[in-house]
Amino acid sequence: MADTKVTLCGIELDNPVIPASGTFGYGAEFAELYDINILGTFSFKGTTWEPRFGNPTPRIAECTEGMINSVGLQNPGVEKVISEELPKLKKVFRKKVMANVGGFSIEEYVKTAAQLDACDCVGWLEINISCPNVHGGGMSFGTSPTAAAEVTKAVKKAVKKPVIIKLSPNVTDIASIAAACESEGADGISLINTILGMRINLATRKPVIANRKGGFSGRAIFPVAVRMVSEVAERVHIPVIGMGGVSSADDVLEMMMAGATAVEVGAANLIDPYACKKIIEDLPAEMEKYKINSLREIIGAVNG
Amino acid sequence: MKQGIFEITENKPLTQNVMRMRLIGDTSACIRSGQFINIKIEGLFLRRPISVCDLNKDELTIIYKVVGKGTEVMRRKSVGDKLDVLTGLGNGYDLSPSGDKPLLIGGGVGVPPLYLLARQLMERGKDVTVILGFNTAKEVFYEKEFGDLGAKTILVTADGSVGKKGFVTDHMDLDYSYFYTCGPEPMLKAVYKRSVTSGQFSFEERMGCGFGACMGCSCKTVTGYKRICKDGPVLCKEEILWQTQK
Ligand SMILES: Cc1cc2nc3c(=O)[nH]c(=O)nc-3n(C[C@H](O)[C@H](O)[C@H](O)COP(=O)(O)OP(=O)(O)OC[C@H]3O[C@@H](n4cnc5c(N)ncnc54)[C@H](O)[C@@H]3O)c2cc1C
Ligand SMILES: Cc1cc2nc3c(=O)[nH]c(=O)nc-3n(C[C@H](O)[C@H](O)[C@H](O)COP(=O)(O)O)c2cc1C
Ligand code: FES
Repeated sequence: MADTKVTLCGIELDNPVIPASGTFGYGAEFAELYDINILGTFSFKGTTWEPRFGNPTPRIAECTEGMINSVGLQNPGVEKVISEELPKLKKVFRKKVMANVGGFSIEEYVKTAAQLDACDCVGWLEINISCPNVHGGGMSFGTSPTAAAEVTKAVKKAVKKPVIIKLSPNVTDIASIAAACESEGADGISLINTILGMRINLATRKPVIANRKGGFSGRAIFPVAVRMVSEVAERVHIPVIGMGGVSSADDVLEMMMAGATAVEVGAANLIDPYACKKIIEDLPAEMEKYKINSLREIIGAVNG
Repeated sequence: MKQGIFEITENKPLTQNVMRMRLIGDTSACIRSGQFINIKIEGLFLRRPISVCDLNKDELTIIYKVVGKGTEVMRRKSVGDKLDVLTGLGNGYDLSPSGDKPLLIGGGVGVPPLYLLARQLMERGKDVTVILGFNTAKEVFYEKEFGDLGAKTILVTADGSVGKKGFVTDHMDLDYSYFYTCGPEPMLKAVYKRSVTSGQFSFEERMGCGFGACMGCSCKTVTGYKRICKDGPVLCKEEILWQTQK
């Protein structure tokens, strides 16, 4: 029997497949289609201290093998997430869930993370220091090792649950940012968030996205993500969650060989709501094909 | 919502750029007029949302205008080809407040979803009037089909080449109990201003998923933030906030 179990920061997952934040809501839409308890876990929509509408529309642009989004962290704010969304989430998902946290100041990250840390259904805190959509916001923390380290340190002090720092790919040396987070006590690193992109409507000579730019994701970014996951996994000693363009069981194996302990799936859920279910069902056969008995044995296989 | 494989049973032009497609498959998730389907198109990443125009047991009818890459691929599809489709998306029209004399106002490719709505209202014994607005005679479709349902049909073209001349709102001074409308946003705004009763509007927005997961299609309303794909595409007159509706 193919063993798909992995351990992420002390919590065992039935399999490494995790829908990525912002592409799975709070699970309800997918729970209508299949039992989402088959997932390793999932990361719910980025939560901020205050409610946010996000950016003006259009927020979505089609790209070759991918898409640009500029949702801008739309969410009802941490108070409503806890009082309204998590009770509904618990009805459809029995496992520990990953809470994704966004923010615009260190205090905000800390306050929001502390509130979510206290929720029994939350297993991990994924701190998004990388969302490229907010003017003068999250971006700045994710692009400098010092700022990334400061957020990590402050959040770690305020919470008990494992802290996973989610990194932006829009930097020159992602491994040194990961290392800075590790040195301040991060329990894990997840990457990559979306790559800054832009599309232009030829007929109107204007950007397709109202906010001009947005985050590029989907199959097209997979090779960039694999390279960055490998660079980070070689540098740090904490678990790495790999994501960016993952859309098949093969992609999961490749991410894990690059150094990922678990794998998040983003845009693929939007175009095929059954994407994660199919990946999980395909995993055993793909493992057999490559003579893998246990997924644990391939983590970082490519790295020295 | 359901995902299903549908077989094309018809794909024929109604005008130079507007096509009618009929599809056979599991339509059990389609419960209201005004809902839409989201079609996967090979070679393109995002699905394409198109309103349901008619529904007969396991057969769906859609009418689409060829405007870009996705709809061009759809145009080239043949009978017997298969499509991967998400069905039963969106809230759809609520028939209950229609009253006895509902008015339906459609513009261009906003006309299709009103067809199933008109049929359902006729089946309930309502006295239905439909105003169909197009730019010019060559672009007109479905005037006869609405007439065949037994609805009073008023055809309007901007250039007056057929039917009455002007915009749909120039011909709205009728006696009606409630209204339903779908069409380009400037038309919806004009209908909003001109209408004298309550009514329902169907909106469009660029979509990531079409089923409520990505927040790509949000708008602000009087009753809070709504996703056009899940909480819409139909909004009531009283909840619309135009200034932020783009
Ligand atoms: C709820 C809903 C119902 C619709 N019903 C119909 C219908 O019954 N008949 C019909 O002809 N058209 C309808 N549309 C518009 C239709 O979705 C677009 O014309 C179509 O997606 C264009 O795709 P394309 O690849 O040919 O164009 P491209 O311009 O190449 O598309 C690029 C991207 O923009 C998106 N896009 C382009 N135009 C629109 C638009 N007007 N609204 C939303 N997204 C758009 C596409 O989906 C794609 O992601 C509907 C749209 C929505 C949101
Ligand atoms: C519509 C959309 C919304 C997203 N929202 C968030 C978010 O709220 N927080 C976050 O950390 N990442 C967010 N992301 C980034 C994804 O979680 C993921 O890192 C990225 O899309 C790369 O994976 P993919 O190529 O599989 O989509 C979002 C992505 C998309 C497409
Ligand atoms: S298009 Fe994804 S939420 Fe509406």
